[in-house]
Amino acid sequence: MSENITPATGPKKIMGRPKCLNDVTFHFCPGCNHGNVHKMIGEAIDEYGIQDRTIGVAGVGCGVFLYNYVDVDVLEAPHGRACAEATGINRVHPDKIIFTYQGDGDLAAIGLAETVHTANRGENITVIFVNNTVYGMTGGQMAPTTLLGQKSTTSPYGREFMGDGYPIKMCEMLATLEGTAFVARVACDTPKNLMTAKKAIKKAFKMQIDQMGFSFVEILSTCPTNWGMTPQQAYKRVAAEMIPYFPLGIFKERTTADYM
Amino acid sequence: MALTLTKGNEAIAEGAIHAGCRFYFGYPITPQNDIPEYLAREMPKIGGTFIQAESEIASINMVLGAAAAGARVMTSSSGPGVSLMQEGISYLAGSELPALVVYISRIGPGLGGIAPTQGDYKQVTSGGGHGDYYTIVLAPASVQEMFSLTIKAFELADKYRNPALLLCDAILGQMKEPVEIGPRPDFKDISLPDKPWALNGNAGRKSNLIKSLYLGDGEMEVQNWMLFDKYNKMKQEDTYFETTDVDDAELLVVAFGSCSRMAQTGIDMAREQGMKVGMLRPISLFPFPEKAVAELSARIPKVLVVEMNTGQMYKDVKVNLDRAADIHLYARPGGGLPTPDDVLEEIKKIY
Ligand SMILES: Cc1ncc(C[n+]2csc(CCOP(=O)(O)OP(=O)(O)O)c2C)c(N)n1
Repeated sequence: MSENITPATGPKKIMGRPKCLNDVTFHFCPGCNHGNVHKMIGEAIDEYGIQDRTIGVAGVGCGVFLYNYVDVDVLEAPHGRACAEATGINRVHPDKIIFTYQGDGDLAAIGLAETVHTANRGENITVIFVNNTVYGMTGGQMAPTTLLGQKSTTSPYGREFMGDGYPIKMCEMLATLEGTAFVARVACDTPKNLMTAKKAIKKAFKMQIDQMGFSFVEILSTCPTNWGMTPQQAYKRVAAEMIPYFPLGIFKERTTADYM
Repeated sequence: MALTLTKGNEAIAEGAIHAGCRFYFGYPITPQNDIPEYLAREMPKIGGTFIQAESEIASINMVLGAAAAGARVMTSSSGPGVSLMQEGISYLAGSELPALVVYISRIGPGLGGIAPTQGDYKQVTSGGGHGDYYTIVLAPASVQEMFSLTIKAFELADKYRNPALLLCDAILGQMKEPVEIGPRPDFKDISLPDKPWALNGNAGRKSNLIKSLYLGDGEMEVQNWMLFDKYNKMKQEDTYFETTDVDDAELLVVAFGSCSRMAQTGIDMAREQGMKVGMLRPISLFPFPEKAVAELSARIPKVLVVEMNTGQMYKDVKVNLDRAADIHLYARPGGGLPTPDDVLEEIKKIY
C-alpha cells in the first residue's frame, strides 16, 4: 500500500472560529469577556452538532446582540425575562436545545423571580450567566453582584451592606433548588480558567441534551470600561476580588434525570 | 345543535381549545380563575401545556416565548395582572408576535374590587404599554360570543402578527347562558397558519431572529410606520360592530359588552313607550367602528353613550361624531351597574 503523504509546510491550524459563529468582529470593549463566552458557546454548539436545533434567548444588556454573532435562531427577551421566554419555547419545542444569555442585572435583579422559578421547575434549558459586577450596557451602575466597597456610578462611595445589601451568590442559591441539574461558577481570567469555563459550558449543554433539567453556568467576567481599569488590571481584579467572594467550582451536578 | 348551559369564562377556555390553542400560561386572579382551572384540567387530556407561572410578568413572557416558537398561545388575567403584563404586550407588538390575552375586568384602580367594570377600556384600546402601538381588542356581549370571539381573536392575532385582547368583565365571566358549542375538533383538523418566521432551529434555512430593538439611524421610524400601516389595514378589514333598530331611530345608544345588554333592555322598554331608539354596539374596540359612528350620527341626531366607567369610550364616539349631532353620556363607574330602568330614564331625558 502506498500513500502520498505531503508533509505540512506552513503553521498548523489548531484553533479557529467556531462554525456557528458569524464572521464578524465583536463590538465588545477591549478586555471584556462577552466575546470569549460567545466563542465558548459556539464551540459547544459545534462540538455537539446542534446548531440547527438550538434556540438562543438574549437578555437585555451588553449581550443583547447575541444574534449578530451566534448563527442560530434567536429571541430577544425583555430585560430580565429570558428564562420565562425560554420556558415558553421549551414547552413548544421540547426537542430543541435552548439557552439564555444574561448579565447580572438581567438575571439576578430584575429577572430574579423568573430565574429562580424556571430553575425550580427544572426547565430543561441552559442558562449562561455573565457576572461582571456592574450594569455594563447602561453605564456601570450598581448590580446585585457588585462587591462590598466597589464603586459604581450609583454607589459612588462604594457599596455598603447597610442600605445596599450584600452581593448575591446566584450559584449557591440555585444549587439549593431541587429543580437544578447542573450549577457551576467559572472565570475567564487565566488560560486555565478559560479551559475550565469551556468544559463547564459544554457540560451544561450536555446536561440539556441528556434531558437532565436546568443547567446554569455563572461566568465571572470583566468590564474594564465601567470598572475604570485597563484590561490587565481587570483580569487581576477577577482573581484578587471576585473569586474570593464568588468561589469557583461545581455546586451541583445531578447524575440521573428527574424522570428516572 | 344542542345548547349547553355554559359559564362565560369556560366558554372562552373551550373556545381556545377549539381554536387549536395548546399553550396556556397564567397566574390566578379573580374573576377569571375559571379559565386557568378549566385549562389545567383539559390541557393534559389533549396534549396541551398548562403552566401556573410565578406572576403575570412571567406568564406574558412565557406567552411571548411560545408565540416566538410558533405556537397558538394565550394567557388570561384581570386589572392588576394585566397591568403587570403591559411591558410584555408592548414587546409582543414590537416583535410582531401573535397571542391572545383574555381580560376579565374587575373594578380598579389599585386592588379595587372584584365587581365588574369597563374602566379598562382606555388601557386596552390605547395599547396599554409603552410605545406607539395597538392591540386588537374584541368585546363580547354574550357567552356565545365569548366562545366565538375567542376563536376570532386568535385568527386576527395570526393574520396581523399582533397581540389580541378579549375584553370582558366580571358579569360576563361569571354568567351562564345556553350556548352552541360543537364537538371539539381534532387538532389535526384545525387550520393553523404557516409561520416561517418562527424559532424552531435553523435546519435547512437561515437563522430566524425575533426582536424589537432597532438602534440604527431611522430604523425605529420605519418600524413605527410599518405598524401604523398594519393598524390601518385592521381598520379597513377587521372592524366589527352590530346595529339594532337604527333604521328609524331618532336616538342612538352606543354601548359595548355587558353594558350593551342592560342598555338593550332599556331600549326595548323605550320602544314599547313609542320612542324610536336604536343601538350601535362596537364589537371590536380596536379598531373602533369610527365610520359607523360617523355615518349613524349623521342620520340620527342624538347619541347616548352608556358605559361602566366615567366616560372612556365616550371620547372615541365624540371624535367620530357628526358635527351636527348631540352627544350625551350615562356613566356608571364599575361596581354600580346601570339597570335597564336607569337607561330608560336617561333616554327619556334626552329623547
Ligand atoms: C424594564 C427595563 N428596565 C431597565 C432597562 C435598562 N437596562 C438595559 S440593560 C440594563 C442592565 C444590564 O446589565 P447586566 O444585565 O448586568 O448586563 P451587562 O450589560 O453588564 O452585560 C438595564 C438596567 C431596560 N431595558 N428595561
